[in-house]
Order: sequence, then C-alpha cells, then structure tokens
Amino acid sequence: MPAPGPLARLAAPQATRSNALHAGAWWLWALGLAAAASRTTNPLLLALLVTVAGYVVAARRTDAPWAHAFRFFLLLGAFVVVLRVLFAVLLGSPIGGTRLLFTLPEMPLPGWLESVRLGGRVTGEAVMFAACDGLRLATLLICLGAANALANPARLLKSLPGALYEAGVAVVVAMTFAPQLVADLLRLRDARRLRGRRDRGVRALLGVARPVLEGALERSVALAAAMDARGYGRTAEVPRAVRRTTTALTLGGLLGVCAGSYGLLAAEGAGLGLPLLAAGLLAALGGLLLGGRRSARSRYRPDRFGARAWLVAGAGAAVAVLVGLASAADPLALNPPAVPLTAPAFPPGAAAAVLLGLLPAVVAPRPAARPAAPAAKEAPA
Amino acid sequence: MIRFTQVSVVHGDGDGADPVLGPVDLTVPEGELCLVVGPSGAGKSTLLGTVSGLVPHFTGGTLRGRVTVAGRDTRHSRPRDLADVVGTVGQDPLAHFVTDTVEDELAYGMESLGLPQDTMRRRVEETLDLLGLADLRDRPIATLSGGQQQRVAIGSVLTTHPRVLVLDEPTSALDPAAAEEVLAVLQRLVHDLGTTVLMAEHRLERVVHHADRILLLPAPGAAPVLGEPAAVMARSPVHPPVVALGRLAGWDPLPLSVRDARRRAAGLREELTAHTPPPAPAPTRQAPLLTVRRLAVRRGRAEVLRGVDLSVRPGETVALMGRNGAGKSTLLRTLVGMHPPAAGSVELAGADGGAAPVVPHRTAPGRLLRHAGLVPQDPRDLLFAETVAAECAAADDDAGAAPGTCRALVTRLLPEVRDAVHPRDLSEGQRLVLALAVVLAAAPPVLLLDEPTRGLDYAAKARLVDVLRALAGRGHCVVLATHDVELAAELAHRTVVLADGEVVADGPTAEVVVASPAFAPQVAKVLAPQPWLTVPQVRAALNGRGGTA
Repeated sequence: MPAPGPLARLAAPQATRSNALHAGAWWLWALGLAAAASRTTNPLLLALLVTVAGYVVAARRTDAPWAHAFRFFLLLGAFVVVLRVLFAVLLGSPIGGTRLLFTLPEMPLPGWLESVRLGGRVTGEAVMFAACDGLRLATLLICLGAANALANPARLLKSLPGALYEAGVAVVVAMTFAPQLVADLLRLRDARRLRGRRDRGVRALLGVARPVLEGALERSVALAAAMDARGYGRTAEVPRAVRRTTTALTLGGLLGVCAGSYGLLAAEGAGLGLPLLAAGLLAALGGLLLGGRRSARSRYRPDRFGARAWLVAGAGAAVAVLVGLASAADPLALNPPAVPLTAPAFPPGAAAAVLLGLLPAVVAPRPAARPAAPAAKEAPA
Repeated sequence: MIRFTQVSVVHGDGDGADPVLGPVDLTVPEGELCLVVGPSGAGKSTLLGTVSGLVPHFTGGTLRGRVTVAGRDTRHSRPRDLADVVGTVGQDPLAHFVTDTVEDELAYGMESLGLPQDTMRRRVEETLDLLGLADLRDRPIATLSGGQQQRVAIGSVLTTHPRVLVLDEPTSALDPAAAEEVLAVLQRLVHDLGTTVLMAEHRLERVVHHADRILLLPAPGAAPVLGEPAAVMARSPVHPPVVALGRLAGWDPLPLSVRDARRRAAGLREELTAHTPPPAPAPTRQAPLLTVRRLAVRRGRAEVLRGVDLSVRPGETVALMGRNGAGKSTLLRTLVGMHPPAAGSVELAGADGGAAPVVPHRTAPGRLLRHAGLVPQDPRDLLFAETVAAECAAADDDAGAAPGTCRALVTRLLPEVRDAVHPRDLSEGQRLVLALAVVLAAAPPVLLLDEPTRGLDYAAKARLVDVLRALAGRGHCVVLATHDVELAAELAHRTVVLADGEVVADGPTAEVVVASPAFAPQVAKVLAPQPWLTVPQVRAALNGRGGTA
C-alpha cells in the first residue's frame, strides 16, 4: 500500500465525536442555499439547488432518525408545487398569456366577491409561472430539510448560550418523551383489545388518552426527581449588582427590539427604527451572556467550529452572495418573465456559483460506516 | 457515612397521622453494601429518599430528626446540592435519563456540578471501562437492553464520584443475566472504590449474599433492625428460599448463598434419601384447551417464533421461560390474537368443548374474552377507570357478566381493597390481582400471565400462587411467562423453555428445571442430585417422616 500523499491527508476523515462538524455550520450552509433559492425563479437553477442539497445529504448524512426525514421534505416540496399549480388553475392567475391550454367552466360569484374568480381560462404562461413560484418555495423547504437531516438537533441545542441551556434541556427531554408516548399509546390500544373492546376508531383512541397522559405525568414527576438528584438547576452565587444588570439589560433590550421593529414597519420613523433595533439586540445579547454566569454548568466535549466547519458555512455564504450578485447583474436570466412563454435560459455563472454548495460533500467528515459494513469488509475478497 | 438520628417521616403536616417510617436511629459505616429489606409498604423507598434528600424536599411530608450524609444535613441541603455526595438510581432507568446517548448521559451530572472539561473527559473514560460500556459509548440509550440501561444509569451517577450510592430495586425489572451484570458492578464499586451502597430489593435470592449488612424494616412504623446478614435473616419476615431451607433444617449460622448451604446440606440430603417428592399429577385425559401447531410469527422481516408446538389441558399450569427477547411475550400475545401466525395454527377449545375451535386472530375481541385472557407485563395497562368500583363495573360490562361478578372476585382475592381507591394508588401486588379479577370476570378457561411477579414481595407472591393454584384446580389452564425460577418451581406442572423463538425444552417442571443450572431454583441447587424443588416439599417430607420410602 503506498504511503498516503498530501492529498490523502487532506481528505475528509471519518466522523467521530471529536471531529464532528458543528451543527451550526450545517445550518449556515443550508440557509445560504435557501437565500440563493429565494433570489431566483429559474427552474433550471432551482433544480440544480435541490440536486446539490440532495447530493450533500446523500453523501454525509448519518443513520440517525432525524436524517431519514429528508425524504419527507422532498415529498413536502412536491406537494407545494402541485398545490400551487392547482390553485393557479382553479382560481385563475393575474398572469394573462395567450397560449390557452383549456377553459374550465366559470362559476358565477356574487358581486361582493368580484376580485375572486373560480374556473375560467387556463393559459400555459400562468401554469408555468405558478410551477416556478411553487418550485422556489419547495427549494427553500428542501434546503431547511437538508440542514435538519445533517445537523444533530441535540448538539445544536447544546451550543446555545448558558442562560438558554435549560430551555434546550426541556426540548431534548420532550424529543425523547414523544416516542415513548407513541409506544404507550400503541401498548394501551392493545390492552383495550384484552378487555374485549374495539381497538380501532376514535373512541378507542379517546379511551386510552387519559391513561396515557397519566402515565406520562407519572414519568415526568419521576424524571424531575431524578434530574434534581443529579444536580439540575444548581446555581452559582452571583453578586447582586450583576443580577440587576442582567435584568435591566434583558428587559431594556427586549423593549428596544419591539420599538425598533415597530419603527421599521411603521410608515414614519424608519430612520430611528434600525439603530433602536440594533441597540436592543445588543442589550438582550449582553443580558443573555451575563445571565449565563448564574449557571455553574460546564460543557462536556462541546462541538468546535473548526476549519472544516468554516469551509462548510463559507460555501453556503458564497452561494448566497454570488447568486445574489448574479441576479442583480442579469435579472432576466435568473427571473425569466412569465410572458411571453419561453424555455428558461441556463445562466452558466449562477450555476457555477450554486455548484460551490457541493463543497461540504468533500470537506465534511464522512459519517461512520453503518454497522453492517465492517462485516462486509472482513469477508474474503 | 450515613447517620440517622431519631428519624421519622409522616405524610402531610404530621398531626396525628401514623408515621410511614421510623423512628430510625442508626449509622451505616463507610464502604459497606447495606441492603434494605422488608415487606411492601414498610417504608424502604421513603428511607432511601431521606438519604438523597428527595424526602421531604421533593415528595412533601414531614421529616423529624436528622439525617446526615458525609456530615451534611439533608434537611438543609436540597437534592441538587447533595448531588456531589449522593448518587440515586431508581427502578426504572428510562425515567432517569436526561440526554439521548450513553456518553452524554455519563457526563450530565458532572456538567451540572460545573467540573472542568479535562476532569469530565477522564472520568467518562474511566467509568466506561469500569462498567464495561466502552463499546456502547455512542449508542442511543433507547436501543440498549434493560441491563445495559441500568448500568448506564449507575454510571451516570458514578461520574460525580459520590461517596454514597442509593439504589431503589435496581434489579427487579431485569432478567437473571442482566441482574448479575448489575450486581457484579455494584460488588466492584464497593470493593475497589470503597463506595457506600444503600440498596432496597425485593428479589432477595439475587442479592442477599452480596450484602455486608442488612437493614430490616419489619412493618410500617416498626423499629428497624441493622445487623449481620445471617443474624437479621434469621428473624426476617421476608427471606429467600435458601434461608427458609436453613431455618427449616435448623442450621446456625444461617447460610445465605447456595454454596454455603450445600456445604451444610450433607446431613439433610441423607435424611431425605428415604423420601421422594410427591409425583407431579398425571396429566388429565381431557381435550386440550389450547393447541398450537408448528406456529411461526413474524414481526416485520424478523421471525420471532418458529415451529412452536404447545398444547395445554384443563387444570394444567405451564411456565414459559427463556431470556429476554426469546419470544415469550410474543407467544402469549399470539394466543390472544394480537399477532396473526405467519405459518401454523393456534386454536382455543370452543365453548363446553363441543363447538368449533376458536382461532384467536380471527375472533372479535369481545368474543375472544370468554376463551382466553391475558394479564400484560404492566397490569396498569389493563386498568382504565378512576376507581376500583368503576373498573369492576366496566369489566362486567365488557364481559357481559352479571353486575357484581368482578367486584365479588376482587373481594375474594383482595378483601382489604375499598371501592373508592384509584387503581394507580394500589400496591403492585394488589394492582396485579385487580387486573387478574378484571380478566376473570369473563371466566376465560385459558389464563395467560406475562411476567406476573415483577415488583412483588414474597407475601404478594405467595398470595398469587394460592390464587393461581385455586384457578387451576377449578379447571382453568394457566400459562405464565416468567424469569422467576422460584415461582415456576412452586406453581408450574410443566416448563417450556424458549430460545430464539424455538422450543428447546418442554417437560415436567422438576425435570426441565433441575437439568439446567440457569433455571434451577435454590432448593434444587442445594439438594442436587435429589429432585427437590421447594421448601414446602421438603417440609412436608420431613414432617411426615417415614411416609414415602
């Protein structure tokens, strides 16, 4: 076997707990792709974005339950496109167009519903526009689905600032409780059968709802006792001044955020809005950081935001920025007009930018082999 | 290490109510494995709770006197502030876990204490090795077996290096192999790390020989006894079969393990050579109530049962044994139609033996109820109503029985239970018998029980044995899936051993159980090669000296 060359040393290592990619990096990457998708309605570019996200998921997802949810997001995307087209066909579309596909019988509506139309002419332009618009929304959803499949939600919550830690624990506990609740529900439905009652239908479900909830309540009380006995909620002594500053910063910050957003959205006062919002956010953030001092917790093996994480997040940001620039430079190619109906052009520059989103499939650590794989390797070749 | 000074606990604010516990006045020295024994309701859990601070901080009630652990008064320290000296593990490990993977779970307690990162890293590695969990470090906790989960639960409190470990029935829910895993770990902690362990347990035959000292709580509010295991066992109302045998034979000091007992049993074996145990009653010639032929059951793509044959006649009691996951529960569930057979057949005898046989998975639940009844592993699953009276009325209604049938059964089996009690407030044993009564309201000839002795103390178990014997005597057939070899020895005429979904042994209990050390009851191990199974058998033989030669 030849000694590994410099390239082999740069190749992505197998993922272990120590080198696992920071969950936040996956989210930044996915949000970058989503931002790019929001800047274009060109179906070729959108399809390319979905392909890129799908390829990275296929290359780097683990065997964890959340990783299998990607298929669900793909189905959701398809559903969104179909729904959008269906609405355009049934309710008509503001896009006029000349290529008549077919005409639905139009339903006469009372006068006060003048702006709504049911049925009527369906043109090729309108259907095409609706499909592209739906595809954009679907691509956004699929990008979020990719982040969801690639990033471990529990680890993401662990990266929250200390003051939000307990909220994170609550979410993790809820996530483990939900499957237990479903298992309880199935078990008790079986037990109804043992009592000679029907095990299907709404009544059966209602009949077991109360015992299931009672069981869940008992379990939560037991869990609360166990968590308390394991030191959950131990607090450090914090000087009074710090405590007061924390409260002031948090409350003041939240007020600032409210006032700032109002200023931004209201007709006048937009000039004051932005600085107020920024100051409010800063104060709230300071409050959170100071609040973390009250908790004496330390963190076991936190995920590090290393070079590979920067590359993954950077790839997402680059896609967003470059596609944004391309859409400013060549609006016709990225947002082709609906009328007249033409085949969408393929913008090579923007497409190259989107392909940058494939970088994580190379640089992110490879997920560990599935349990079956090592056995296959040991088999005589 | 743990000092109780005039401790008593009363529910509520404590005016006039009887104490749940105490007065307790004693000291548990450092580095000992102290076993807390006593019948249900004697205050074992409450005693453990006062050490971890959960009583009274979490449960309410009034604590009088003082409990100090490593010099800290639990009255003034909340459980979370005691987390660095006391580690607590309960009976259900799933109610203990806060995170989702093994490694995070081990670190959780240390994170709460705010230990530095490198300390945490080192201790997690040490604990993984100590408990043999290194291969499981990245596994989601939900995918582990019961014994592994219990070991993770113990590990998760060990990482904070507590001086005292408090365990409330850590092996009650485990099969014998998993229980051995957990006990081996505890033994190692006491010997290698000098941890003080305070443990309550019902299954004394598993733990009593590991204990350095036994704390006996004879009854609610009665004075506790702390002493050498043999001395305390000599007067304890709850004791394992080997102790019962020792008391019967008048051995002193009492043997606590099978090994000690065998050494002293030579004389007894000699004396017993003149007798033979009563032969198992010959099987009746009546038609079987339950016939299983070449049964296979699949769940998804896995074959859970393969080629299982079984027939049970009226009056017969059959024990199903085998390790966790061998298919015992699946077989019972198939008998009540919850799984359709993938191959082979299951038939229940028709009403009065004359009508056509009943095929469980094709029969409506309401009709099937009159042919076969199953008490599931957790009897709570079967109880839906808010009072015992409502539960009984509903059971009569479900079964189409005359009103009052179920209540009459409950009164016969559990005379002390009142109508207005919530089923969840009953003790484990009472709840099991209530579930049994609910099933019996429809008078099914075939009675199935899944793991009925989980969490039962010896008294509740003895009562269950009486109830089931009476039912078999009246012509029911009983099939019970169990890990409890003592129960099988006492009750079952026949034992069927399942492994990997196949029947590997089927025969009279005395033969099957004695042939395999894993399934042999303590008395059989002590008196081998003679075929004695239970203490009552030996007692009967000794009392009727010269009876059967």
